[in-house]
Amino acid sequence: MSLTAIIDYESGNLHSAEKAFQRMALEGDLGTVLVTSDADIVAKADRVVLPGDGAFPACMRALKGTGGLFDALIETVEVKARPFLGICVGMQLMATRGREYEDTEGLDWVEGEVTRIMPEDPALKVPHMGWNDLIFDAPHPVFDGLSTGDHTYFVHSYHFNVSRADNRLAHVNYAGDVTAVVGRDTMLGFQFHPEKSQRVGLRLISNFLRWSP
Amino acid sequence: MLKTRIIPCLDVADGRVVKGVNFVDLVDAGDPVAAAKAYDAAGADELCFLDIHATHENRSTMFDLVQRTAEQCFIPLTVGGGVRTVQDVRNLLLAGADKVSFNSAAVAKPHVLAEAADQFGSQCIVCAIDAKTVSPGKWEIFTHGGRKPTGIDAVAFAQKAAEKGAGEILLTSMDRDGTRAGFNLALTRAISDAVPIPVIASGGVGTLDHLVEGVTEGRASAVLAASIFHFGEFTIAQAKFHMVAADIPVRIT
Repeated sequence: MSLTAIIDYESGNLHSAEKAFQRMALEGDLGTVLVTSDADIVAKADRVVLPGDGAFPACMRALKGTGGLFDALIETVEVKARPFLGICVGMQLMATRGREYEDTEGLDWVEGEVTRIMPEDPALKVPHMGWNDLIFDAPHPVFDGLSTGDHTYFVHSYHFNVSRADNRLAHVNYAGDVTAVVGRDTMLGFQFHPEKSQRVGLRLISNFLRWSP
Repeated sequence: MLKTRIIPCLDVADGRVVKGVNFVDLVDAGDPVAAAKAYDAAGADELCFLDIHATHENRSTMFDLVQRTAEQCFIPLTVGGGVRTVQDVRNLLLAGADKVSFNSAAVAKPHVLAEAADQFGSQCIVCAIDAKTVSPGKWEIFTHGGRKPTGIDAVAFAQKAAEKGAGEILLTSMDRDGTRAGFNLALTRAISDAVPIPVIASGGVGTLDHLVEGVTEGRASAVLAASIFHFGEFTIAQAKFHMVAADIPVRIT
Protein backbone atom coordinates (compact mmCIF):
# COMPACT_ATOMS: atom_id res chain seq x y z
CA MET A 1 0.00 0.00 0.00
CA SER A 2 1.48 3.30 -1.11
CA LEU A 3 1.88 5.99 1.56
CA THR A 4 1.80 9.72 0.80
CA ALA A 5 2.99 11.99 3.61
CA ILE A 6 1.84 15.62 3.69
CA ILE A 7 4.34 17.29 5.98
CA ASP A 8 2.83 19.31 8.82
CA TYR A 9 5.40 21.77 10.13
CA GLU A 10 2.82 24.22 11.42
CA SER A 11 2.90 26.36 8.33
CA GLY A 12 -0.65 27.15 7.43
CA ASN A 13 -3.88 25.43 6.77
CA LEU A 14 -3.55 21.80 5.74
CA HIS A 15 -7.20 20.89 6.03
CA SER A 16 -8.10 21.45 2.38
CA ALA A 17 -4.87 19.88 1.10
CA GLU A 18 -5.54 16.83 3.26
CA LYS A 19 -9.12 16.50 2.03
CA ALA A 20 -8.19 16.97 -1.63
CA PHE A 21 -5.36 14.41 -1.57
CA GLN A 22 -7.43 11.93 0.42
CA ARG A 23 -10.34 12.25 -1.95
CA MET A 24 -8.20 11.62 -5.05
CA ALA A 25 -6.38 8.74 -3.35
CA LEU A 26 -9.72 7.16 -2.49
CA GLU A 27 -11.22 7.67 -5.96
CA GLY A 28 -8.20 6.17 -7.71
CA ASP A 29 -7.34 3.56 -5.09
CA LEU A 30 -3.93 5.23 -4.76
CA GLY A 31 -3.03 4.35 -1.22
CA THR A 32 -3.07 6.23 2.06
CA VAL A 33 -2.57 9.94 2.62
CA LEU A 34 -1.38 11.13 6.02
CA VAL A 35 -0.82 14.62 7.35
CA THR A 36 2.12 14.18 9.67
CA SER A 37 4.88 15.84 11.62
CA ASP A 38 6.41 12.47 12.47
CA ALA A 39 9.89 12.14 10.96
CA ASP A 40 9.64 8.33 10.93
CA ILE A 41 6.54 8.42 8.75
CA VAL A 42 8.15 10.92 6.36
CA ALA A 43 11.26 8.69 6.17
CA LYS A 44 9.26 5.66 5.08
CA ALA A 45 6.74 7.47 2.84
CA ASP A 46 6.51 6.54 -0.83
CA ARG A 47 5.86 10.13 -1.79
CA VAL A 48 6.07 13.43 0.04
CA VAL A 49 4.09 16.67 -0.19
CA LEU A 50 5.48 19.86 1.33
CA PRO A 51 2.86 22.60 1.62
CA GLY A 52 3.55 26.05 3.04
CA ASP A 53 1.94 29.42 3.66
CA GLY A 54 3.54 32.57 4.97
CA ALA A 55 7.08 33.85 4.74
CA PHE A 56 10.07 31.95 3.32
CA PRO A 57 12.41 32.43 6.34
CA ALA A 58 9.72 31.44 8.86
CA CYS A 59 8.81 28.33 6.86
CA MET A 60 12.45 27.28 6.48
CA ARG A 61 13.08 27.77 10.19
CA ALA A 62 9.95 25.80 11.09
CA LEU A 63 10.95 22.96 8.78
CA LYS A 64 14.45 22.76 10.22
CA GLY A 65 13.24 23.17 13.78
CA THR A 66 10.72 20.34 13.87
CA GLY A 67 12.24 17.19 15.40
CA GLY A 68 14.13 15.40 12.66
CA LEU A 69 11.64 16.29 9.91
CA PHE A 70 14.24 18.06 7.84
CA ASP A 71 16.62 15.10 7.87
CA ALA A 72 13.79 12.72 7.06
CA LEU A 73 12.78 14.90 4.12
CA ILE A 74 16.33 14.94 2.75
CA GLU A 75 16.60 11.19 3.21
CA THR A 76 13.33 10.40 1.40
CA VAL A 77 13.63 12.92 -1.41
CA GLU A 78 17.38 13.25 -2.04
CA VAL A 79 18.70 9.82 -1.08
CA LYS A 80 15.76 7.51 -1.83
CA ALA A 81 14.52 9.71 -4.71
CA ARG A 82 10.86 9.29 -3.83
CA PRO A 83 8.43 11.57 -5.72
CA PHE A 84 8.17 15.00 -4.11
CA LEU A 85 5.66 17.83 -4.54
CA GLY A 86 6.12 21.30 -3.04
CA ILE A 87 3.09 23.60 -2.92
CA CYS A 88 3.22 27.42 -2.75
CA VAL A 89 5.95 28.32 -0.22
CA GLY A 90 6.73 24.58 -0.13
CA MET A 91 7.64 24.95 -3.80
CA GLN A 92 9.65 28.10 -3.16
CA LEU A 93 11.71 26.31 -0.48
CA MET A 94 13.08 24.11 -3.28
CA ALA A 95 15.10 27.13 -4.47
CA THR A 96 18.75 27.88 -3.77
CA ARG A 97 17.82 31.03 -1.86
CA GLY A 98 14.87 33.10 -0.70
CA ARG A 99 15.06 36.88 -0.65
CA GLU A 100 11.91 37.57 1.39
CA TYR A 101 12.74 40.01 4.27
CA GLU A 102 16.21 38.49 4.58
CA ASP A 103 18.37 36.12 2.53
CA THR A 104 17.61 32.54 3.53
CA GLU A 105 19.13 29.37 2.17
CA GLY A 106 16.62 27.04 0.58
CA LEU A 107 16.80 23.31 -0.12
CA ASP A 108 18.70 24.09 -3.35
CA TRP A 109 16.94 21.32 -5.25
CA VAL A 110 16.11 23.62 -8.15
CA GLU A 111 18.66 26.31 -8.88
CA GLY A 112 17.24 29.81 -8.53
CA GLU A 113 16.03 32.56 -6.22
CA VAL A 114 12.69 33.59 -4.77
CA THR A 115 12.14 37.34 -5.15
CA ARG A 116 9.28 39.80 -4.81
CA ILE A 117 6.87 40.25 -7.69
CA MET A 118 7.45 43.78 -8.97
CA PRO A 119 4.87 44.70 -11.60
CA GLU A 120 5.90 47.72 -13.67
CA ASP A 121 2.25 48.65 -14.05
CA PRO A 122 1.06 50.03 -10.67
CA ALA A 123 -2.49 48.97 -11.50
CA LEU A 124 -1.37 45.36 -11.08
CA LYS A 125 -1.84 44.25 -7.50
CA VAL A 126 0.49 42.27 -5.27
CA PRO A 127 -0.27 39.59 -4.03
CA HIS A 128 -0.89 37.94 -7.38
CA MET A 129 -4.23 36.57 -6.21
CA GLY A 130 -6.74 34.60 -8.21
CA TRP A 131 -7.10 32.30 -11.20
CA ASN A 132 -4.51 32.39 -13.95
CA ASP A 133 -4.15 30.20 -17.04
CA LEU A 134 -1.20 27.86 -17.30
CA ILE A 135 1.23 27.99 -20.21
CA PHE A 136 3.23 24.77 -20.38
CA ASP A 137 6.96 24.96 -21.11
CA ALA A 138 7.69 21.24 -21.15
CA PRO A 139 5.67 18.04 -21.07
CA HIS A 140 5.41 16.12 -17.80
CA PRO A 141 3.44 13.00 -16.78
CA VAL A 142 1.72 15.01 -14.03
CA PHE A 143 0.21 17.32 -16.69
CA ASP A 144 -1.73 14.41 -18.20
CA GLY A 145 -5.24 15.47 -19.22
CA LEU A 146 -4.51 19.18 -18.90
CA SER A 147 -4.22 21.69 -21.68
CA THR A 148 -2.91 25.20 -22.12
CA GLY A 149 -5.53 27.61 -20.86
CA ASP A 150 -6.52 25.52 -17.85
CA HIS A 151 -6.74 27.71 -14.74
CA THR A 152 -5.27 27.25 -11.28
CA TYR A 153 -5.56 29.39 -8.15
CA PHE A 154 -2.59 31.54 -7.08
CA VAL A 155 -1.94 33.67 -4.03
CA HIS A 156 1.62 34.88 -3.53
CA SER A 157 3.76 38.02 -3.43
CA TYR A 158 7.10 36.33 -4.17
CA HIS A 159 8.00 34.16 -7.14
CA PHE A 160 10.59 31.63 -8.18
CA ASN A 161 13.18 32.80 -10.71
CA VAL A 162 14.79 29.63 -12.02
CA SER A 163 18.41 29.78 -13.18
CA ARG A 164 18.01 26.98 -15.70
CA ALA A 165 15.19 27.35 -18.19
CA ASP A 166 14.65 23.58 -18.38
CA ASN A 167 13.63 23.50 -14.69
CA ARG A 168 10.57 25.63 -15.45
CA LEU A 169 7.77 23.35 -16.60
CA ALA A 170 4.91 25.88 -16.71
CA HIS A 171 4.34 29.58 -16.18
CA VAL A 172 1.59 32.18 -16.13
CA ASN A 173 1.54 35.75 -17.28
CA TYR A 174 1.36 38.57 -14.75
CA ALA A 175 3.26 41.59 -16.00
CA GLY A 176 5.82 39.18 -17.34
CA ASP A 177 6.37 35.49 -16.74
CA VAL A 178 5.65 34.05 -13.30
CA THR A 179 6.88 30.50 -12.70
CA ALA A 180 3.95 28.17 -12.03
CA VAL A 181 5.64 24.75 -12.00
CA VAL A 182 9.27 23.77 -11.41
CA GLY A 183 10.69 20.29 -11.62
CA ARG A 184 13.59 17.99 -12.22
CA ASP A 185 13.98 14.21 -11.83
CA THR A 186 11.66 13.11 -9.03
CA MET A 187 10.93 16.61 -7.75
CA LEU A 188 8.02 18.86 -8.62
CA GLY A 189 6.76 22.17 -7.27
CA PHE A 190 3.50 24.10 -7.85
CA GLN A 191 3.33 27.81 -7.07
CA PHE A 192 -0.49 27.61 -7.19
CA HIS A 193 -2.74 25.71 -4.80
CA PRO A 194 -3.96 22.50 -6.48
CA GLU A 195 -6.26 21.84 -3.51
CA LYS A 196 -8.03 25.14 -4.31
CA SER A 197 -8.02 24.77 -8.08
CA GLN A 198 -11.18 22.75 -8.48
CA ARG A 199 -11.28 20.20 -11.33
CA VAL A 200 -7.84 21.09 -12.71
CA GLY A 201 -6.23 20.96 -9.28
CA LEU A 202 -7.80 17.62 -8.40
CA ARG A 203 -6.57 16.17 -11.68
CA LEU A 204 -3.00 17.35 -10.93
CA ILE A 205 -3.19 15.80 -7.47
CA SER A 206 -4.45 12.53 -8.89
CA ASN A 207 -1.69 12.55 -11.52
CA PHE A 208 0.95 13.18 -8.85
CA LEU A 209 -0.34 10.25 -6.80
CA ARG A 210 0.01 8.03 -9.89
CA TRP A 211 3.41 9.38 -10.93
CA SER A 212 6.24 6.85 -10.64
CA PRO A 213 9.38 8.40 -12.11
CA MET B 1 -3.45 36.41 -17.54
CA LEU B 2 -5.04 36.90 -14.14
CA LYS B 3 -8.82 36.65 -14.25
CA THR B 4 -11.46 38.78 -12.57
CA ARG B 5 -13.12 36.75 -9.86
CA ILE B 6 -16.86 36.39 -9.30
CA ILE B 7 -17.67 35.61 -5.68
CA PRO B 8 -21.12 34.67 -4.42
CA CYS B 9 -21.59 35.57 -0.76
CA LEU B 10 -23.79 33.60 1.62
CA ASP B 11 -25.13 35.36 4.70
CA VAL B 12 -25.31 32.76 7.41
CA ALA B 13 -27.11 32.91 10.75
CA ASP B 14 -27.06 30.00 13.20
CA GLY B 15 -25.78 27.65 10.52
CA ARG B 16 -28.47 28.47 7.98
CA VAL B 17 -28.44 30.65 4.86
CA VAL B 18 -30.43 33.81 5.50
CA LYS B 19 -33.40 34.01 3.11
CA GLY B 20 -32.35 30.78 1.41
CA VAL B 21 -30.80 30.10 -1.93
CA ASN B 22 -33.14 29.50 -4.79
CA PHE B 23 -31.40 27.02 -7.06
CA VAL B 24 -32.86 24.39 -9.25
CA ASP B 25 -32.06 20.94 -7.82
CA LEU B 26 -31.17 22.28 -4.39
CA VAL B 27 -33.15 20.19 -1.95
CA ASP B 28 -32.44 22.26 1.15
CA ALA B 29 -32.24 25.93 0.16
CA GLY B 30 -31.13 26.88 3.65
CA ASP B 31 -28.11 24.60 3.89
CA PRO B 32 -24.91 26.61 3.30
CA VAL B 33 -22.90 23.50 2.43
CA ALA B 34 -25.36 22.47 -0.28
CA ALA B 35 -25.39 26.02 -1.63
CA ALA B 36 -21.58 26.15 -1.59
CA LYS B 37 -21.37 22.88 -3.53
CA ALA B 38 -23.85 24.16 -6.09
CA TYR B 39 -21.84 27.36 -6.59
CA ASP B 40 -18.60 25.38 -6.86
CA ALA B 41 -20.15 23.24 -9.60
CA ALA B 42 -21.58 26.34 -11.29
CA GLY B 43 -18.10 27.85 -11.73
CA ALA B 44 -17.88 30.38 -8.88
CA ASP B 45 -14.26 31.49 -8.43
CA GLU B 46 -14.41 31.74 -4.64
CA LEU B 47 -17.00 31.58 -1.90
CA CYS B 48 -17.69 33.87 0.99
CA PHE B 49 -19.56 33.00 4.20
CA LEU B 50 -20.62 35.91 6.36
CA ASP B 51 -21.76 35.03 9.86
CA ILE B 52 -24.27 37.81 10.45
CA HIS B 53 -25.22 36.87 14.01
CA ALA B 54 -21.78 35.88 15.16
CA THR B 55 -21.91 35.25 18.87
CA HIS B 56 -19.75 33.26 21.16
CA GLU B 57 -22.40 30.53 21.47
CA ASN B 58 -22.85 29.83 17.79
CA ARG B 59 -19.16 29.78 16.83
CA SER B 60 -19.01 26.01 16.84
CA THR B 61 -21.88 25.89 14.34
CA MET B 62 -19.80 28.03 11.99
CA PHE B 63 -16.66 25.90 12.47
CA ASP B 64 -18.66 22.79 11.64
CA LEU B 65 -20.08 24.47 8.55
CA VAL B 66 -16.67 25.60 7.34
CA GLN B 67 -15.24 22.16 7.93
CA ARG B 68 -17.96 20.38 5.96
CA THR B 69 -17.68 22.90 3.11
CA ALA B 70 -13.90 22.55 2.91
CA GLU B 71 -14.27 18.79 2.60
CA GLN B 72 -16.38 19.14 -0.51
CA CYS B 73 -15.49 22.41 -2.23
CA PHE B 74 -12.04 22.79 -3.70
CA ILE B 75 -12.15 26.53 -4.34
CA PRO B 76 -11.08 29.28 -1.92
CA LEU B 77 -13.41 30.05 0.97
CA THR B 78 -13.43 33.35 2.88
CA VAL B 79 -15.18 33.50 6.24
CA GLY B 80 -16.13 36.69 8.06
CA GLY B 81 -18.40 38.00 10.79
CA GLY B 82 -17.49 38.38 14.44
CA VAL B 83 -13.75 37.85 13.90
CA ARG B 84 -11.90 39.75 16.63
CA THR B 85 -8.68 38.04 17.60
CA VAL B 86 -5.73 36.08 16.24
CA GLN B 87 -7.24 33.05 17.96
CA ASP B 88 -10.49 33.51 15.98
CA VAL B 89 -8.41 33.48 12.78
CA ARG B 90 -6.56 30.36 13.85
CA ASN B 91 -9.78 28.52 14.66
CA LEU B 92 -11.36 29.35 11.31
CA LEU B 93 -8.22 28.43 9.35
CA LEU B 94 -7.99 25.15 11.20
CA ALA B 95 -11.63 24.46 10.36
CA GLY B 96 -10.73 24.88 6.68
CA ALA B 97 -11.25 28.55 5.75
CA ASP B 98 -8.68 29.86 3.29
CA LYS B 99 -9.09 33.50 4.20
CA VAL B 100 -10.55 35.18 7.24
CA SER B 101 -12.11 38.61 7.18
CA PHE B 102 -11.87 41.24 9.93
CA ASN B 103 -14.41 44.03 10.11
CA SER B 104 -15.25 46.16 13.20
CA ALA B 105 -12.37 44.70 15.21
CA ALA B 106 -9.87 46.05 12.66
CA VAL B 107 -11.42 49.50 12.89
CA ALA B 108 -11.21 49.48 16.68
CA LYS B 109 -7.71 48.03 16.71
CA PRO B 110 -5.95 48.01 13.30
CA HIS B 111 -2.93 46.33 14.81
CA VAL B 112 -4.83 43.04 14.97
CA LEU B 113 -4.37 42.85 11.18
CA ALA B 114 -0.61 42.99 11.63
CA GLU B 115 -0.65 40.35 14.36
CA ALA B 116 -2.75 38.01 12.24
CA ALA B 117 -0.70 38.63 9.07
CA ASP B 118 2.56 38.02 10.92
CA GLN B 119 1.28 34.73 12.19
CA PHE B 120 -0.55 33.33 9.18
CA GLY B 121 0.61 35.44 6.23
CA SER B 122 -1.12 38.33 4.45
CA GLN B 123 -2.57 35.94 1.89
CA CYS B 124 -5.26 34.81 4.31
CA ILE B 125 -6.12 38.11 5.98
CA VAL B 126 -8.96 40.13 4.49
CA CYS B 127 -10.05 43.52 5.82
CA ALA B 128 -13.75 44.19 5.27
CA ILE B 129 -14.61 47.88 5.03
CA ASP B 130 -18.16 49.22 5.23
CA ALA B 131 -18.20 52.78 3.93
CA LYS B 132 -20.85 55.45 3.51
CA THR B 133 -20.76 58.67 1.50
CA VAL B 134 -20.57 61.70 3.81
CA SER B 135 -19.99 64.33 1.10
CA PRO B 136 -19.10 64.08 -2.61
CA GLY B 137 -15.82 62.21 -2.96
CA LYS B 138 -15.63 61.61 0.80
CA TRP B 139 -16.45 58.29 2.45
CA GLU B 140 -16.44 57.32 6.07
CA ILE B 141 -16.20 53.97 7.81
CA PHE B 142 -19.36 52.81 9.56
CA THR B 143 -19.49 49.84 11.92
CA HIS B 144 -22.27 47.80 13.50
CA GLY B 145 -24.07 47.10 10.27
CA GLY B 146 -23.76 50.66 9.04
CA ARG B 147 -25.38 52.29 12.07
CA LYS B 148 -22.34 53.62 13.86
CA PRO B 149 -20.23 56.39 12.30
CA THR B 150 -16.55 56.37 13.23
CA GLY B 151 -15.29 59.58 11.67
CA ILE B 152 -12.55 57.54 9.96
CA ASP B 153 -11.87 58.26 6.29
CA ALA B 154 -12.40 55.09 4.23
CA VAL B 155 -9.52 55.66 1.80
CA ALA B 156 -7.03 56.41 4.55
CA PHE B 157 -8.20 53.39 6.51
CA ALA B 158 -7.87 51.10 3.48
CA GLN B 159 -4.27 52.26 3.07
CA LYS B 160 -3.61 51.63 6.72
CA ALA B 161 -5.12 48.13 6.50
CA ALA B 162 -2.84 47.32 3.57
CA GLU B 163 0.21 48.64 5.43
CA LYS B 164 -0.68 46.59 8.48
CA GLY B 165 -0.67 43.44 6.38
CA ALA B 166 -4.16 42.77 5.03
CA GLY B 167 -3.82 40.87 1.75
CA GLU B 168 -7.14 41.94 0.30
CA ILE B 169 -9.94 44.44 0.93
CA LEU B 170 -13.62 43.56 0.83
CA LEU B 171 -15.27 46.91 0.22
CA THR B 172 -19.00 47.32 0.81
CA SER B 173 -20.85 50.51 0.03
CA MET B 174 -23.44 50.95 2.77
CA ASP B 175 -25.27 53.48 0.56
CA ARG B 176 -25.79 50.83 -2.08
CA ASP B 177 -26.05 47.59 -0.14
CA GLY B 178 -29.44 46.02 -0.81
CA THR B 179 -30.51 48.75 -3.27
CA ARG B 180 -29.75 46.85 -6.51
CA ALA B 181 -28.64 50.22 -7.94
CA GLY B 182 -25.08 49.08 -8.66
CA PHE B 183 -21.74 49.44 -6.85
CA ASN B 184 -20.62 52.83 -5.61
CA LEU B 185 -18.11 53.18 -8.43
CA ALA B 186 -16.40 56.36 -7.23
CA LEU B 187 -15.74 54.78 -3.84
CA THR B 188 -14.54 51.50 -5.37
CA ARG B 189 -12.18 53.31 -7.69
CA ALA B 190 -10.85 55.61 -4.98
CA ILE B 191 -9.94 52.63 -2.79
CA SER B 192 -8.63 50.43 -5.64
CA ASP B 193 -6.34 53.21 -6.81
CA ALA B 194 -5.13 53.94 -3.28
CA VAL B 195 -3.98 50.45 -2.25
CA PRO B 196 -1.51 47.96 -3.77
CA ILE B 197 -3.62 44.93 -2.75
CA PRO B 198 -6.69 43.47 -4.51
CA VAL B 199 -10.10 45.01 -3.79
CA ILE B 200 -13.37 43.07 -3.90
CA ALA B 201 -16.33 45.31 -4.77
CA SER B 202 -19.53 44.64 -2.87
CA GLY B 203 -22.93 46.15 -2.24
CA GLY B 204 -25.69 47.05 -4.68
CA VAL B 205 -25.46 44.59 -7.58
CA GLY B 206 -28.79 44.31 -9.40
CA THR B 207 -27.76 43.58 -12.99
CA LEU B 208 -24.90 41.94 -14.85
CA ASP B 209 -23.83 45.34 -16.16
CA HIS B 210 -23.18 46.34 -12.57
CA LEU B 211 -20.59 43.56 -12.28
CA VAL B 212 -18.86 44.84 -15.42
CA GLU B 213 -18.82 48.45 -14.16
CA GLY B 214 -17.26 47.38 -10.89
CA VAL B 215 -14.23 46.22 -12.86
CA THR B 216 -14.05 48.69 -15.75
CA GLU B 217 -14.91 51.82 -13.76
CA GLY B 218 -14.35 50.74 -10.18
CA ARG B 219 -11.13 48.87 -11.04
CA ALA B 220 -11.98 46.07 -8.61
CA SER B 221 -10.05 42.78 -8.84
CA ALA B 222 -13.13 40.79 -7.90
CA VAL B 223 -16.86 41.33 -7.63
CA LEU B 224 -19.08 39.97 -4.90
CA ALA B 225 -22.84 39.55 -5.15
CA ALA B 226 -25.55 37.76 -3.26
CA SER B 227 -29.17 38.16 -4.26
CA ILE B 228 -28.79 38.16 -8.06
CA PHE B 229 -27.33 34.68 -7.80
CA HIS B 230 -29.23 33.30 -4.83
CA PHE B 231 -32.65 33.90 -6.28
CA GLY B 232 -31.73 32.26 -9.56
CA GLU B 233 -32.03 35.51 -11.52
CA PHE B 234 -28.66 34.96 -13.14
CA THR B 235 -26.25 32.05 -13.16
CA ILE B 236 -22.52 32.36 -12.60
CA ALA B 237 -22.04 31.30 -16.24
CA GLN B 238 -24.30 34.11 -17.47
CA ALA B 239 -22.34 36.58 -15.39
CA LYS B 240 -19.07 35.32 -16.85
CA PHE B 241 -20.25 35.43 -20.45
CA HIS B 242 -21.51 38.94 -19.87
CA MET B 243 -18.06 39.93 -18.64
CA VAL B 244 -16.34 38.26 -21.57
CA ALA B 245 -18.57 40.25 -23.90
CA ALA B 246 -17.28 43.37 -22.16
CA ASP B 247 -13.66 42.25 -22.71
CA ILE B 248 -13.08 41.37 -19.05
CA PRO B 249 -11.04 38.18 -18.74
CA VAL B 250 -12.70 35.52 -16.57
CA ARG B 251 -12.18 31.83 -15.89
CA ILE B 252 -14.58 29.82 -18.01
CA THR B 253 -15.03 26.30 -16.62
